[in-house]
Amino acid sequence: MKLKKEASAGTMDSCDINIRLENNPLGTTNEIHLKSIVEKQYGDHIRNLISQVIDKYGLESVVVNAVDRGALDCTIKARVESAIQRGLDQAHTLEWSVVHHE
Amino acid sequence: MRKHGKQIKIYDNKSKMVPSLEEAIRKSGLKSGMTISFHHHFREGDYTTNLVLKHIAALGIRDLTIIPSSLSKVHEPLIELIKAGVIKEIHTSGMRGKLAEFISEGHMEKPIIIRSHGGRARAIEAGEVKIDVAFLAVPRCDEMGNASGNGEHTTCGSLGYAMVDAEYADTVILVTDDLCEYPNMPASIKQQQVDYIVKIDEIGDPEGIASGATRYTKNPKELKIAEYASRVITALPEYKEGFSFQTGSGGASLAVTRYLREAMIKDGIKAGFALGGITQPMVDLLEEGYVKHLFDVQSFDLVAAASIAKNANHHEISASEYANPSNLGCVASKLDFVILSALEVDKAFNVNVMTGSDGVIMGASGGHCDTAQSAKNTIIVAPLYRGRLATVIEKVTTIITPGNTVDVLVTERGIAINPQRTDLIELLSKTNLPIVSIEALVKQAEQIVGKAAPISFEEQVVAIIEYRDGSVLDRIYKRG
Repeated sequence: MKLKKEASAGTMDSCDINIRLENNPLGTTNEIHLKSIVEKQYGDHIRNLISQVIDKYGLESVVVNAVDRGALDCTIKARVESAIQRGLDQAHTLEWSVVHHE
Repeated sequence: MRKHGKQIKIYDNKSKMVPSLEEAIRKSGLKSGMTISFHHHFREGDYTTNLVLKHIAALGIRDLTIIPSSLSKVHEPLIELIKAGVIKEIHTSGMRGKLAEFISEGHMEKPIIIRSHGGRARAIEAGEVKIDVAFLAVPRCDEMGNASGNGEHTTCGSLGYAMVDAEYADTVILVTDDLCEYPNMPASIKQQQVDYIVKIDEIGDPEGIASGATRYTKNPKELKIAEYASRVITALPEYKEGFSFQTGSGGASLAVTRYLREAMIKDGIKAGFALGGITQPMVDLLEEGYVKHLFDVQSFDLVAAASIAKNANHHEISASEYANPSNLGCVASKLDFVILSALEVDKAFNVNVMTGSDGVIMGASGGHCDTAQSAKNTIIVAPLYRGRLATVIEKVTTIITPGNTVDVLVTERGIAINPQRTDLIELLSKTNLPIVSIEALVKQAEQIVGKAAPISFEEQVVAIIEYRDGSVLDRIYKRG
């Protein structure tokens, strides 16, 4: 699946993460560019988590630009999902009663 | 063992006034390889350290050891002086910002030495460090060198750290921007201690020295922690008429005073003295009669700085009087309670206030280990985690205060008591405070933030942490 448009979610506030998504014009692979204040301790973990959410939606050749200011996992997942839904023009279509909580 | 003796000099009836810093440096006989000192009462508003070092560098003097009482972000220009070989060694309580990053990256040949405020006073008195020339910025002084902390342009209140340097440095140079008529009394630094005086246009930025008044935190986490800490204090037997306490800096720590005040009013209990780092809330307690005496080594805000000049029971004390472990009793040794902040606390109750969780220097030792060891009850206040970094962890990055001097850890999600304090466990278990084990707090924090990848260090030592008695407590390594 491809994004219908560029999309973003989240803020630059502390304890939040800003996610910007766009299609990768050059390749077919997903790219994740992360800037994080906890890069040393959680950088790989956050990249993995973002990648998992992207895969769950079956997105291909997407570029993620993320600026993390110390967000917890729940925040990161929520921000990535929101950005994806917006990019798929599915904002406000979420079925809250069936949202899967891990 | 005897105290280090300062060189005896006799007043020659000549003027102590010197027209420029450059000439004062020349007259002091400062040479390459010597040791000079500064104080940090001006905090982020300090102009003097950078200015003096610039003049020293221009005179071609090199390989200096500098022992400021502490360093801040404003001291970034020291990086160039280290690179140029002007500064060879640094002894300080702490450092922040670019300079701290530079040191953490291992750019200095000799590791810096970190001392607590009490430990610095001890090392100077013992002659472990000998100050050749002290350059002390003072908000006001007269032509003979009677100096005080409240001047026309700048105000810092207590000059407690500078008092030690004035007493033990072979040569004392005062730098001021408010030269007043003789005599300037009461004085913190006395004329018989002072060699030369230089008047310059500006010794500091009043904005950076002290804020108008310490603002109360509105952070609900910090308020909850402060409330718990206050309830711990009031549940203990030392909380009675004439008790004593100190609060460190940091939102939660400062807010404890507010909750404690309410409890004191309700219980009709007055404190004998408060110590520290004095802030407006403590001055309020003094003026309302809930605290009888304030001992002030460092005034944290302008309200405290003004109070020292007007309230008879607001006493200025030197760093030695405050926390030196090698004298006949520092004021800290009379403390019933000390409430201190932490960047990290580990399972053994060791506390780190020096390095961030990424291993970079970003704080100061201050009076943390001094008061923790001295006070009857040491209470650490800290959120369980900040952002996504856990505060309560397996092992602290750097030990500043050993766990055997810490009694209680208060977080917003539970209170842990050091197992060696069985008396406190028994007393506090009877209250409805949420008492938990420190292991449970570590686990809870990790469940929320996830397991952090270990940070890597290289072999080079960039800083040596001295305990207050001079023993080596820990080392900071170059970050990988």
